[in-house]
Amino acid sequence: MNSNQLQHQVLYMRRSLFDQGYLDSEQLIQLEDLQDDANPNFVEEVVSLFYSDSARLIQNIEQTLSNRPVDFSRLDDILHQFKGSCSSIGAKKVKDACSQFREYCNAGNAEGCSRSFQLIKQEYETLRRRLESYFQMVKQAKAA
Amino acid sequence: MKAPEKEILGTKMNHRHRPKITALVVDDNMVVRAIHHRLLQDLGIENQVAVNGKEAVDVHSSGQYFDLILMDMDMPVMNGIEATRKLRAMGIRSTIAGISSRSLEREKQEFMEAGLDDYHEKPLTADKIVSILHKISNHSG
Repeated sequence: MNSNQLQHQVLYMRRSLFDQGYLDSEQLIQLEDLQDDANPNFVEEVVSLFYSDSARLIQNIEQTLSNRPVDFSRLDDILHQFKGSCSSIGAKKVKDACSQFREYCNAGNAEGCSRSFQLIKQEYETLRRRLESYFQMVKQAKAA
Repeated sequence: MKAPEKEILGTKMNHRHRPKITALVVDDNMVVRAIHHRLLQDLGIENQVAVNGKEAVDVHSSGQYFDLILMDMDMPVMNGIEATRKLRAMGIRSTIAGISSRSLEREKQEFMEAGLDDYHEKPLTADKIVSILHKISNHSG
């Protein structure tokens, strides 16, 4: 692809992330505003931080869900953290899945929690793949 | 916030040639800390981070002072409400802004009553920080 085509592809991928509800456009723009010559990859760095920190939270959720009796209060604490991180990077679908999980938590519904946890993991991985592709395309477009 | 707005802000904040504004970011979430640190840095505000309320109190006990403290509510070891009360009891008069994802009015009220000067819901934005900073300049103005 030539430079123009790459730029179009970047815009298309970006628009899709917003239109399909994966990312909050305002939050992404806020983070992009923080990029400059001294911090050219800030968005990608923050996303990377999100994924490494969230891996730990997901592990904690797995462990807490597998304990009997289920400690719903602990689960709610972990989800509060996770939701906070999602908000920071504008990860809308993951955040919504976390909200759904918390509702089941508040109702003491372990099965509901397990089901919504599967959704959280699904949305989390989908977003990761989409963002990896997006950042790769942005780099290619810059280099062209 | 675009470059011209940042420049206007810088001029306004330093119109009496005061030293740079300093800030402390208090949050247990490392993603949030990284973003708030960068937001402040981008506005020309020197800042440090603390991972919970106890660390925030300890850093003040060691004699450090900050013009602005961005205080999260929910943190392990010592939460934002307790940390704010302790800092005020220590005589710390910095501008303390509570930054939280909690939206219930009574939770916000409890946090304010601990001694906050301002409160904002997450996510924090450059515009929200600017509105907090205007409070600092008004207090000392």
